[in-house]
Amino acid sequence: MTNSGLLLRRRLSNVVFVILCYVVTAVALSALAAILWTLLSKGLGGLDLNLFIKSTPAPGSTGGLANAIVGSVMMCVMAMIMAVIIGVLAGTWLAEYAGRSRYGATIRFLNDVLLSAPSILVGLFVYEIMVAPLHGFSAFAGGVALALLAIPVITRTTEDVLKLQPATLRESGIAVGAHFSTVIRTILWPSARNGMLTGALLAFARVSGETAPLLFTALNNQFFSLDPTKPMANLPVVIFQFALSPYDDWRRLAWGGALLIAATVLSVTVIARIVARETQGR
Amino acid sequence: MSEIAASASPLTLRTRPRGSLVGVVFEGACFAAATALLVALGGLLVSLVIGGWPAISKFGFHFLTSAEWNPVTEVYGALGPMAGTMITATVALMLALPVAAGVAFFLTELCPAPLRRPIGTAVELLAGIPSIVYGMWGLFVFAPLFSKYVQLPLMTSAAPGSLLEKLTVGIPNGSGILSASIILAIMILPFMAATLRDLLMTVPAAVRESAYGLGATTREVVMSVTLPYVRTGAIGAVMLGLGRALGETMAVTFIIGNAHGLPISLFDSGSTIASTIANEFTEASGDMHLAALIALGLVLFVITFVVLALARLLLARQEQHS
Repeated sequence: MTNSGLLLRRRLSNVVFVILCYVVTAVALSALAAILWTLLSKGLGGLDLNLFIKSTPAPGSTGGLANAIVGSVMMCVMAMIMAVIIGVLAGTWLAEYAGRSRYGATIRFLNDVLLSAPSILVGLFVYEIMVAPLHGFSAFAGGVALALLAIPVITRTTEDVLKLQPATLRESGIAVGAHFSTVIRTILWPSARNGMLTGALLAFARVSGETAPLLFTALNNQFFSLDPTKPMANLPVVIFQFALSPYDDWRRLAWGGALLIAATVLSVTVIARIVARETQGR
Repeated sequence: MSEIAASASPLTLRTRPRGSLVGVVFEGACFAAATALLVALGGLLVSLVIGGWPAISKFGFHFLTSAEWNPVTEVYGALGPMAGTMITATVALMLALPVAAGVAFFLTELCPAPLRRPIGTAVELLAGIPSIVYGMWGLFVFAPLFSKYVQLPLMTSAAPGSLLEKLTVGIPNGSGILSASIILAIMILPFMAATLRDLLMTVPAAVRESAYGLGATTREVVMSVTLPYVRTGAIGAVMLGLGRALGETMAVTFIIGNAHGLPISLFDSGSTIASTIANEFTEASGDMHLAALIALGLVLFVITFVVLALARLLLARQEQHS
């Protein structure tokens, strides 16, 4: 009697638990679907040819986001060039040279902290070291801020994929008389290429949507500019400014821009996953 | 790997294979790049201390205990934004954790196999959506609904003098502390769910199956076997989520109301450290205002560094364990 009562209680509590799991999953997925739906329905309304060919307008006149798109692309490219060089080298040092040294463990730990540090603090840092001393906001400062956010991602993935390379690769390289650095550059790097590419793509996806660090580095520019020493328009800051404005056409552009960024981030992430899966498949 | 590096160096000395000079330069470059990370984080701390020093030296400890923030009289205290940051991040975590855990349990134990990959991938992809999108959705879609269906009914139904009335004082325009917490919760949800799921996947199949084999129900397997198995890592993942919520700027700035001072209720407008910096930095009224904002940044740095460091230590311990 008590046995079957216990069984009943266990089964009942299990049913409640399972139902709760289903319910919260449904709630979570529908909240996220609602956000995507809003983004799509409002964003598509703002997407037209003008968005890509005209610069940010004054309230009430037609315009687009061309200057912001070009600015964002420029800053992301600058950031990625810096981040790939530093991140790959740092990741290589952690994987191949650091070993179990205390210094290596410290760097690894700090990199992990930097990986999830608030991006607005990176913006403040770059403001302090570049914008304030040079007396001016600049696209280059924006690029440096984004690079600082991309470096930890690339360092981490580079270290991880290099460590996955079999020891026999290193040994055979050294056995034929190559210097260890030659082994890294001509054997390990090509062998880990896909994994490193995945890291770079994920880093790109991360920085392309970042707003906070650009607020006080690249600032914004109402006009088309390609001068990296001057403030430059960029999608996230324009979206921020336009979304909070009282003008309907500015808000419409903000949604169009938001959809553009989200679509870029999502497609880059998907590409990164495909690249990563190909590596696993081989 | 260190053994290989060590065994390579005597070889270098004896036979000098081609590229040994390049090798030294290469190793030096790698070392310099790794050190650059240390310099970046150290430089971040030092620059915040130097930039915030005028405010720190003027207000001293009072900076942390005063809720007054007045650019006109140049008196600045961080208590309001600090409280806003702590409250929104904690409430967001309390809201997101049960849901994220439920999603992770669903994906690892309950989900039909054909749906497991698509739903898991969707959750992972959503973790990458820029936070400004969450902020805009909060302001334009969530706030009006929240005002109409939650704030107004609650405020009108609250009995005068009751706890509910105290908690719901404010302007029912949809923004405020609770709204910001909910948006933050939705933002950190995919990230936490994906991390928890990855952790639960590391539980060996044999452990899980033997529990089922003994006749345990799904709830018992999750609560008594798989979750305890990844306990340390799960706490680390939760703290990573907390770190994100603490430092998040854009999702909060749109909807918290941006009022200084201590929030008096869940519906009251407030501010977080990050939202205050984002709103006021480029329009700072003077050097002291700027210094106070940077000192705020320093406070945020210290808070998040402690949380993230703890999170990483716990996750590292879990990795050793499994």
